[in-house]
Amino acid sequence: MSPNILAILPELILTLTGILVMMAEPCLAPATSRKPLGWIAIAGTVAALASSWYQIQFGTIHAFSGTIQVDAFSVLFHFIIGAVVLVTLLGSLDYFQGHATHAGEYYALLCFGSVGMMLMTCSVELLMVFIGLEISSISTYIMCGFRKGQATGSESSIKYFLLGSFATAFFLYGVALAFGATGSTNIYAIAHGLQTTATPYLAFTALALILIGLGFKVSAAPFHVWTPDVYQGAPAPVVGLMSTAPKAAAFAVLLRITFTGFPIYQHRWSVLMWVLAALSMTIGNLGALQQRDVKRMLAYSSIAHAGYLLVAFTAFPFDGIAAACFYTATYAAMNVGAFAVITQISGYEERARTIDDYTGLGQKRPFLAALLGFFLLSLIGIPFTGGFFGKFYVFTAAIHGGNIWLAVIGLLNSGIACFYYLRLLAAVYTKPGTEASARLNQLRPISVSAAVGLALAAVATLALGILPNGAVSFAEFASHSTLIEQGRQQCAASPDNCHLQLNFDDR
Amino acid sequence: MNIDHNILTIITFLPLAGAVLLALLPDRGKMMQWGALAVTLLTFVATLHLPSHYDYSAAANLEGAGSFQFVQNHEWISSPAIRFHLGVDGLSMWLVVLTGFLAPLGVLISWNAISERKKLFYILFLLQQVAMLGIFVSLDLFLYYAFWELSLVPMTLLIATFGRTANRRRAAIKYFLYTFIPSAILLVGMLWIYSRTGTFQLPELTQLAAAHNISGNNAALWLASLAFLFAFAVKVPVFPLHGWLSDAIAEAPTAAVMVLAGKLGLYSILRFSFSIFPEQSRHIAPLMIALGAIGIVYGALIALVQKDLKQLAAYGTLGHVSVVVLGIFTFTIAGMDGGIYATLNEGIGGGALFMLLGILYERYGTYDMRDYGGLAAKLPWMVTLFVITTLSVVGLPMLNGFVGEFLVLTGSMQSTVHNHTGWTVLATTGVILTASYMLWMIQRVFYGDLNFNTADTPASDLDAREHIALWPLVAVMLAMGVASPLWMRAIDTAGSDLAQEPAQIQSTEQPALSTNTDMHLPIPAAQEATK
Repeated sequence: MSPNILAILPELILTLTGILVMMAEPCLAPATSRKPLGWIAIAGTVAALASSWYQIQFGTIHAFSGTIQVDAFSVLFHFIIGAVVLVTLLGSLDYFQGHATHAGEYYALLCFGSVGMMLMTCSVELLMVFIGLEISSISTYIMCGFRKGQATGSESSIKYFLLGSFATAFFLYGVALAFGATGSTNIYAIAHGLQTTATPYLAFTALALILIGLGFKVSAAPFHVWTPDVYQGAPAPVVGLMSTAPKAAAFAVLLRITFTGFPIYQHRWSVLMWVLAALSMTIGNLGALQQRDVKRMLAYSSIAHAGYLLVAFTAFPFDGIAAACFYTATYAAMNVGAFAVITQISGYEERARTIDDYTGLGQKRPFLAALLGFFLLSLIGIPFTGGFFGKFYVFTAAIHGGNIWLAVIGLLNSGIACFYYLRLLAAVYTKPGTEASARLNQLRPISVSAAVGLALAAVATLALGILPNGAVSFAEFASHSTLIEQGRQQCAASPDNCHLQLNFDDR
Repeated sequence: MNIDHNILTIITFLPLAGAVLLALLPDRGKMMQWGALAVTLLTFVATLHLPSHYDYSAAANLEGAGSFQFVQNHEWISSPAIRFHLGVDGLSMWLVVLTGFLAPLGVLISWNAISERKKLFYILFLLQQVAMLGIFVSLDLFLYYAFWELSLVPMTLLIATFGRTANRRRAAIKYFLYTFIPSAILLVGMLWIYSRTGTFQLPELTQLAAAHNISGNNAALWLASLAFLFAFAVKVPVFPLHGWLSDAIAEAPTAAVMVLAGKLGLYSILRFSFSIFPEQSRHIAPLMIALGAIGIVYGALIALVQKDLKQLAAYGTLGHVSVVVLGIFTFTIAGMDGGIYATLNEGIGGGALFMLLGILYERYGTYDMRDYGGLAAKLPWMVTLFVITTLSVVGLPMLNGFVGEFLVLTGSMQSTVHNHTGWTVLATTGVILTASYMLWMIQRVFYGDLNFNTADTPASDLDAREHIALWPLVAVMLAMGVASPLWMRAIDTAGSDLAQEPAQIQSTEQPALSTNTDMHLPIPAAQEATK
């Protein structure tokens, strides 16, 4: 297989799946269920995950004239994104049942969106990153407004679209300035060019603009204002997806750009990251305290989690990248799980919006309630869940890097965070009133596919909490692979001379 | 295979297995109660393995960090280096047994009191058990912290779901935040220590601390020691950090109240603050002694004016844990031994008192003392047990309370800590005050005229189940009062060890670890390349 094909195998499979879904859609009679299309998409995602796994054995692959670099880092993020899409698809099968005739497009968009996100994680060329960013963003813009005829849905979609395009423009502007400062848009060439650049301030500006663009995508404060409105209006499974997968992709890009593209300015951008992290954690958690709407609350919580992740950027490169990778994985598992439960409870009609609507869930649906409780405890960071280890690694890395006070701010923030998560949890385990029990009685039993999705998320969250060894070594391996590659690229006078085979025994 | 190498894992995770079992069983009839009782009894029997196979001679000969027994040490996570490291010594062994002992009694006392959502209650109760046992046996700082945090969740949910009044959610969240936020700072302290030393293992850290090798940065070391002490002091609670105690005790069901205060925080101070920060702990001792003495008198005085029985017992608890704080911070052998002994007493005496109050509440539906009176004639067994418990709590010779309190006050008098005599005198008045509020309570509840409430309600004396729940406690009170050496033998090895000056420890133990403070960085080449 040609290295070019091999390098984008997962993306290729998902693109073909998306096209297949689109072509099959008109073949189904208008009134029939769209579930078969969903199953096609699921099969495609599983195949993409398998092909990602297949890529590992080839070590670092360079393709398309050095614009694509497949390494353990990109494979890790491919896994995260693929798994999130899989759980989302499994939860969505019943979501549209009987409601939307346009469900087919949803499955196609999900496939295309994940292609964009995956492409972002394996690009080392900023223009390629931009293309991936656009592919993923446009799909998510549309999916946000998928509950047609709902005012909040349209608001969500338009708001996300307008602000999102604005932020992408910032990113593009930054790329252009980086080209001006270093004469290239390739990350390694930028790193090389920065050492001799005559216009360092142009380079700082470029980095700052790129940070703004990506800060928007990961909803870091102060670029977070769109998050609550967009999350509130979008369909629950889409929120589960967009609060995890595109964020994971954007963080992957951010890690690559900062640690491998601009490493010589680390003392400068780590200060920015310090401020962004502290602001995001504090604003996210304080904002969440005020919310009664569950989706809005989790929107603020996702801002706070972006803040915890940004803490990793203040650490030493190796620690920081490894901790960020691990945290992204745990955050994806627990957040997509929490939204999968919410999808089941609220359904297409959004039966449960506020915290009070969850009253009595513990009695009516003990298993769903227990799962929701588990994901919430993990989001709090209670031991023996993934969330605890994620926070643990991030803050260990930060303290090792000498940022004790940021760790103190972060851990105090996780104390504030308990308050709102526990409020939801307490409502779940309170006795329902008559009205609440009537509403809960309407809940459909969950289907096998949704149960499988929930189980996947729960098992991942638990496994990352109890036996994190494998995931940690993978995260360290990913960190290792990016940094070693960056080192090699720097050593070599020309990037063409650096062909390198890495595998697991390399360490 | 020798069971000694697995016994601590078995003890810790038996209740977890029980909780899973209860989750799968249907909630029908008395199924949950019997299941929980069987599991807790089994755990208790397992904990008895510890004192019966404890090697006293080895414990007496080995000093410092080497004296842990029943040790299990497996790698759990390679990077950062976290190990599944369990072990007990004279300090923790009896606390493990006590925890195991109180659990079946807690189930018995909840038998009828918890009539709704029993499954949830007993599962949470067993999870609480897991967390507490885990705290006592963990020798890895990280593992310990995991259990420490875990202990919050079931207790918070127990208070939030099974609280007595509409105030329960508030009390639960208050309890949670009061303990969680200091714990967050504790975690920062632990991570800082890890970044200095590269280890989470308590024995290694103890050796490093004795050799002054944790960090050269004295100010940072002080901050870390305060982070530890603060988190533990809230959990004890030490005056003036007791804000959560009375609300949580007022709301929590009896079985949860029995384990709410004392043990966990006090044990953590003894185990972690004293071992990792020997110097800082000694420097801060005068303050802690003062707070302990104030806590004793303050708790007793507030208890004296309570109308509510549970509030009275809550402030009484504050006084009793303050006695322990006073004792252990004198850094004398008598004070340490007495403090550890009094920690056990708190579990026994406080547990019995809360159980008796719970029984009264089941009969009459109130904790207000003014609604009681003249019950002695109607409930002869009840009053007998109540009086014995009271005498144990106030420290009558021949009962357990006396041993602990006497040793603490003796130690406090012997102590060389600066300016402590005045505080000791103040603390001694607490003995009188404790007797006053306890005896006054007995008088108001059991003697005098029958009140309209107690006269009209037909109530029977203790039934068989309640007898079974209470008599073991009374027996232990008596045994611990007259045969204290049985317990003291193990406690003393730990107590005298902790009371030793850090300089002495240093002379006997040479640090085995390198003093390299930099963590291992796996890829120096890449690190350099990025600079």
